[in-house]
Amino acid sequence: MQRHLISAADLTRDDAVLILDTAEEMARVADRPIKKLPTLRGRTVVNLFFEDSTRTRISFEAAEKRLSADVINFSAKGSSVSKGESLKDTAQTLEAMGVDAVVIRHGASGAPYRLATSGWIDAAVVNAGDGTHQHPTQALLDAFTMRRRLVGRDTGLGRDLAGKRITLVGDVLHSRVARSNVDLLHTLGAEVTLVAPPTLLPVGAHSWPCEIAYDLDSALPKSDAVMMLRVQRERMNAAFFPTEREYARRYGLDGDRMAKMPEHAIVMHPGPMVRGMEITAEVADSPRCTAVEQVANGVSIRMAVLYLLLGGAVFDPKTAPDATTAPAAAHPRTEEK
Amino acid sequence: MSKTLIRGAKVLGGAPQDVLIDGETIEAVGNGLAAEGAEIVEADGKVLLPGLVDLHTHLREPGREDSETVLTGTRAAASGGFTAVFAMANTFPVADTAGVVEQVWRLGREHGYCDVQPIGAVTVGLEGRNLAELGAMHESAAGVTVFSDDGKCVHDAVIMRRALEYVKAFGGVVAQHAQEPRLTEGAQMNEGVVSAELGLGGWPAVAEESIIARDVLLAEHVGSRVHICHLSTAGSVEIVRWAKSRGIDVTAEVTPHHLLLTDELVRTYNPVYKVNPPLRTERDVTALREALADGTIDIVATDHAPHPHEDKDCEWAAAAMGMVGLETALSVVQQTMVDTGLLDWAGVADRMSFTPARIGRAAGHGRPVSAGEPANLTLVDTAYRGQVDPAGFASRSRNTPYEGRELPGRVTHTWLRGKATLVDGKLA
Repeated sequence: MQRHLISAADLTRDDAVLILDTAEEMARVADRPIKKLPTLRGRTVVNLFFEDSTRTRISFEAAEKRLSADVINFSAKGSSVSKGESLKDTAQTLEAMGVDAVVIRHGASGAPYRLATSGWIDAAVVNAGDGTHQHPTQALLDAFTMRRRLVGRDTGLGRDLAGKRITLVGDVLHSRVARSNVDLLHTLGAEVTLVAPPTLLPVGAHSWPCEIAYDLDSALPKSDAVMMLRVQRERMNAAFFPTEREYARRYGLDGDRMAKMPEHAIVMHPGPMVRGMEITAEVADSPRCTAVEQVANGVSIRMAVLYLLLGGAVFDPKTAPDATTAPAAAHPRTEEK
Repeated sequence: MSKTLIRGAKVLGGAPQDVLIDGETIEAVGNGLAAEGAEIVEADGKVLLPGLVDLHTHLREPGREDSETVLTGTRAAASGGFTAVFAMANTFPVADTAGVVEQVWRLGREHGYCDVQPIGAVTVGLEGRNLAELGAMHESAAGVTVFSDDGKCVHDAVIMRRALEYVKAFGGVVAQHAQEPRLTEGAQMNEGVVSAELGLGGWPAVAEESIIARDVLLAEHVGSRVHICHLSTAGSVEIVRWAKSRGIDVTAEVTPHHLLLTDELVRTYNPVYKVNPPLRTERDVTALREALADGTIDIVATDHAPHPHEDKDCEWAAAAMGMVGLETALSVVQQTMVDTGLLDWAGVADRMSFTPARIGRAAGHGRPVSAGEPANLTLVDTAYRGQVDPAGFASRSRNTPYEGRELPGRVTHTWLRGKATLVDGKLA
C-alpha cells in the first residue's frame, strides 16, 4: 500500500502517528483568518461517491479546498451493481480528464482496493468507506480525537494511544467504522473491547485483535472512551434484535450508564446518531460527547491524508518516514502565504 | 475402418502397454501389438485413461452464447480430456422441457467433440415450486437421467421428497445444489475469519450441511438415490460419510477448485475467485482431499462456469459467480491428489470417469481400457509442468483462477469413439 489509503490495517504505527501529527498542523490552519494552503494547487481530486454520504463528502471537499486542490464531485448512485456504467469505466473516464486522486465511497466492500490494484487507473485512491469493510479516515479522525482528549493536544504529538481502553458498542457486523477502528487502535497500542449482541458481531471476529463482550455495564467502568455505533432500526426486521426498546435497554447509552464511566472518559459517535436508540439526547448533548468535535477533526485528518499522499514528498508507508524527515510538520506553514 | 495404435502407454498408470483402436472400439491391449496401416501414436510413458466424464458442466447454450456454446464448451472438454459432459439446466430458456434438452443433446452430437448429456431441471424454471416434466425429458431423445436445479437449491422439503420419489420410476437421480436460501441471502464468500475482515456477506458452511443432512434423510426415507453437487465443507464430508455408513444411496462430487483454493484468495477482492459454493478454508480443503481419496466423495466434477470478461472485471459484489474448469481439471487433480500420494491414476480414472459415468448412466463412457470396449480415451503427459495461460483456452471464456499458476500434467490426446478430438494438445 504505497500510494493509496485503502485500509486502516495497512498503516504502521509510525504512519498513523505521522498522519495524526500532520493533522494537528492542519488543524492550526482552521484557526487562521484565511483557512487555505497552496499545497495541492493545480492538482485535481475527484470525490467519487457511489453511495449517499453528504457528511463524508463535504468533509473531504472542505479538506481538498483548504489545500487548494481543484475538486470534482461525482455522485454516481447506483454503480455497476445496478447495471449502469461499470466502476472501471467511470474511473477511467474521470482519469482521462486528468485526475490526480480519487476519493471513493462505494457500497461494495473492496471496490477501492479493486480500483487501486486492477491497473484500471494510475491516480491515488483514498477509501472514503466501502461496504462493510473499511473507513480508514474515520478511524484516523477517531484516533485523533482520542489522542487530543486522552493524551493532550500538544503533549500528544509523536505519541500513540498505548494503554488506552476503548470500547466500541453496537452494530459491529455491518460497520466499516468498527473494523477500521479495531485495526488502527490496535496498531496504536490501545486495548479495544467490542460490545454487542452476538447477532451483530461477525462470525470470525474472534480472530480480531480485541476483546469481545456482550455486557455493556461491566465494560463501562474500564473504558477511557466509549464509541457508540449507529444501529439502523430496520435491523430488527431481520431478527438481529427483538425490539428497539430492548436494544436501547441492553446496549443503549443513557445518563445512568454514562455515570458508570470514569470521570475523564469520553463518549464518541461517528454519526449520524439515532437518538433514543443507541444514545439518549442527554448523552449526545453532554460535554463528554465528542460527536461534533469528531466532525471538525475529520477535515484536519483528511487534509493530512491528502497532503501526505499527494503533497511534496511521496508518502510511502512501507518506508515509514518519521516526523523528523517528513515534510509534513514543517512544510504546510512554510508554503503558506 | 481406420486404426490407431497407441504404443507404450501406461494404462491407468500401470506398466507400458500398446492399445490398438479399430474404428470406434478398442481392439486389443497388450505388448508388442502391430497393425498394418495403423496411425501410430507414441505414448512414450504417458498415462492412458478412460475418457473423462464431467457430471457438472455449464455450456450456457441456449441463452448465454456470449460466454459459451455447446461447440466451444465441448471443444474445451476435449482439450481437457473429457469425452462426455453433463450440461446443467440453468440456461435461457431453462432446460425444463423435452424440447430444450433435445436441442442441447443434438448440438453436442452434431459438433462431435464430446458427448453432451443434458441435465433436466427438477422444477419449472428452476423456481422450486412445480416439478418439471421429468418423465418427458427422460423419454426424449436426450434420455435425461440426471435432474438438477443447480445454481438454485431445491429448498422446499416436500418438492425435494417428491422429486426423489418420482425419478425412481426410470432410474433417475436428483443432483442437489445444497444451499439453504435464507442462510445465504446476500452471501458473497465463505463465512469465517476472512469474511469478517473483508466485510463481505458470509455463506456459512451450515447452509450447505443442513440441506445435505435433510436430503440424505429424505433419500433414506423414500428409498431413492441422491447426488450432492460440489460438496465444499468438512462438515458435509462427515454427513455424507455417516449417510453412507447407514447404507443411504448417496453420491457426492467435489470440484477441482475446492480441492486446491481457499478463501484466503478473496483478500485480493479479485472476482475470479468468486464462486458458488465459495472457496472454503484450508481445513475444508484437507477434508475434501481425504474424502475423495477414501471414496466418501465419489467423483470430481468441474462445475465449469464460463462468464464473459465484463462480469469479472468489476467490483466483487457486482461479479458473477463461477470459474471455468474443463481445461484445468485433470491438472488440478494431479497436483492435489496424485502428486500428494492420495490417489493413483487408477483412482483418478475411477473418480473422473468410471464413477461419474455410472452415476449419470452415461452409456459407453467410463468403461475399462480393454478389448471390445468403446474407444473413449485420454492420454496424459503427467511429467509436463507449465503455467496456465487462459489465452490458449478453447472455451469462449477466460475466467480461470489459475492464470499464471504452474500446474502439472497436460492432456495430449483425446479419442471419442475412436475418433481423435485432440492430437498433440491441439483440437482436431
